[in-house]
Amino acid sequence: MSTTTKPALTGPAPAKAAPARTWRGLRGSRTFNFWLFVSPFLAGLIIFIYVPIGWSVYLSFFDARFTVTPSNFIGFDNYTYMLTDPKFVHSLGTFTVFAAFIVPTTWAVSLGLALLVNRLRFMRAFFRSVFFLPTACSYVAASLIWKMSLFSGVRFGLMNTVLGWFGIDDIAWLASPDPPWYWLVIVSARLWLQSGFYMILFLAALQNIPAELYEAAAIDGARPGWQTFRHITLPQLRATSTAVVLLLLVAAYQAFDEFYNLLDKTTWGRPPLVELYYTALGTEQDYGAGSAGAVILTALIVVVTLFQGRIMGFGRGEESK
Amino acid sequence: MSAQSNRTWDRRSILRAAAGLAVAAPLAACGSNNGRGGGSGSGKRLTQMFHAYGEPGVEQALKRYAAAYKKADVATQWITSADYESKLFATLLTDNAPDVFEFHPQIQMVKSGQVADLSDIVDPVKADFNAADIKSHTVDGKIYGVRMIDDPQFFFYRPSLFEKAGVKVPETLDELIEAAAKLTTGKMKGVYLGNDLHSIVNPLIWSAGADTLDDKNRIAYHTPGVIEGLKKLRGLFASGHLLLGAPTDFWDPSSLSQGLCAIQFCGMWAMPQFQQALGDDLGIFPFPKTVDSGKPSVYNGGWSMFVNAKGDNVDAAKEYVKWLWVDQKQYQEDFATSYGFHIPPRSSIAAAATKLKSGLPAQGVKLFNDYGHFDNIGWTQAMIQATWDVIADCVRKDGDPEAALDTCDKAVTRELKKLFG
Repeated sequence: MSTTTKPALTGPAPAKAAPARTWRGLRGSRTFNFWLFVSPFLAGLIIFIYVPIGWSVYLSFFDARFTVTPSNFIGFDNYTYMLTDPKFVHSLGTFTVFAAFIVPTTWAVSLGLALLVNRLRFMRAFFRSVFFLPTACSYVAASLIWKMSLFSGVRFGLMNTVLGWFGIDDIAWLASPDPPWYWLVIVSARLWLQSGFYMILFLAALQNIPAELYEAAAIDGARPGWQTFRHITLPQLRATSTAVVLLLLVAAYQAFDEFYNLLDKTTWGRPPLVELYYTALGTEQDYGAGSAGAVILTALIVVVTLFQGRIMGFGRGEESK
Repeated sequence: MSAQSNRTWDRRSILRAAAGLAVAAPLAACGSNNGRGGGSGSGKRLTQMFHAYGEPGVEQALKRYAAAYKKADVATQWITSADYESKLFATLLTDNAPDVFEFHPQIQMVKSGQVADLSDIVDPVKADFNAADIKSHTVDGKIYGVRMIDDPQFFFYRPSLFEKAGVKVPETLDELIEAAAKLTTGKMKGVYLGNDLHSIVNPLIWSAGADTLDDKNRIAYHTPGVIEGLKKLRGLFASGHLLLGAPTDFWDPSSLSQGLCAIQFCGMWAMPQFQQALGDDLGIFPFPKTVDSGKPSVYNGGWSMFVNAKGDNVDAAKEYVKWLWVDQKQYQEDFATSYGFHIPPRSSIAAAATKLKSGLPAQGVKLFNDYGHFDNIGWTQAMIQATWDVIADCVRKDGDPEAALDTCDKAVTRELKKLFG
């Protein structure tokens, strides 16, 4: 029986199934699926990330003023110029100050918000959304609101109105670097904008902590509150904390919008990207020097990220918890 | 089993579609809206680029003029950001560069071949233009831009407040600082020079008897008088009598008209808006003497039309500039006097501009003629930027003016060397 059916089945099958099999074969092929999924993103990555980076590296070896297709090769001159340019070196200092302010404060505020929202018994969705909403706001819009209404230097600016109740004179928050009030404006704007997002990350992590751990701790006599937080919650959040700190540092490196929009024609308060923007796209249009600065900055970011990954154990997976 | 595999297949196709969209979206965004607008098919397409004028109606007026031009479709790019020059410089390097654009005469644009020689369209009417405007647009005998408007910049003040405080119109920087102190009250600051003070750099230099560059394009601003002026300005900055962090910048009349200050540095363009808000309670005076040996000064700024020499339609663009800014005198007069007040650079139009013949506008014209300093084409954006840094370093920050000027010298020398060898 079986011997008669076999040829009957194999006979007509190839003629019909041949086209279907190549399609199915393609679909089944791991290589094809890999490229199908990866190529759109890879194309985007190459066109919008790697080509510009490559072009930057190329430009950084040329005298490229007012052009992005230069012909005058000058070797490492742009690098020497940028590394000895006090403005560029200073901008790295500005970034460090900024990161020192913004990373710990955002970490603490978003964790605090997450803890508060997590303990809510009612209207949790409402508060979660309220704190998350600023994330959807543009940095430029927020900067303008901060500059023109909250921290405007005139008597009807919100902060000056509040200070006025206590008989304190108007402060021009952004006019002068001495005292450096501009840091308050910049840090508070970014804090408002990004805390909600990191709160969501912490909230997710908090909800992932098994309830048994708290029960066990309570049985062992740990007091609720600080002791439980210190010895249960915080260690359980380690992986998330590491990720948050890393993301915050990267975001701080990329800081541009609020500095650019809040500080007009200053020689201070310029993080690297703003400084490079003025070098490359400002009045000098020096794309060579600007690109050299960008390459230096990229190298720095890579080194710092690798170093941080090493000491904080990011990306080592579960055991890092 | 089959139901399940169907479901995974659906999810996959959705993911695939999403991936495709994610890539396609930014690509699509690159292609659309480059400001050239739709074509109604009457020949060539041109793009003109302007900074956002603060006076209502200017944008509509420019679009109206463009629509009246029959030989090409002219689209208008209206740049609202505060740093028009960066936007312009960056755009000029791309394929979306405008065919014609407004800017100030600056020699680096000539040297880099960015702006086209407009001698052939300006020469026939050269005699009708303000000679100083022709000079400031000329390099080696060729004229590179058509002046549209001249905008003198000076102080506006409210005489009623001066009377109340017992202050007379300041003739020296010291008197201005003194007046600011007397005029300051709990609700009002004495004087407003703009949030970053960059607009008074040149007047401060000129009123100290110095200049930006001399006739041979050498540094002329680094003088004891300028240093003294910077020290005085620092004093004013720290005194609490200077309005800082105002919601609008110096070019907007709001600070004076809304009572935030008693004196405001601004320009002729805002005069109609000032008059509307303050009526007759309005006076003007030039930037006073920085030092006793100096002379009051007024910066005769303004805007000029240039043709992008690297564009695809240089000839069509030149024809358009000739049509609008040389031939169409009624539009030129409308542009100069119907929105803000500007001084028409052409004497035939200035003679016909009745709005500028009497009262405060006439006083503005007098300041323009008596104390005016025009643009120097050799004084480029990078040098201007360097002087802004001087203000930042030794007025807004308590730095040493001598050191700040030294830093400025370095940047200006670097630029001068590149331009003039």
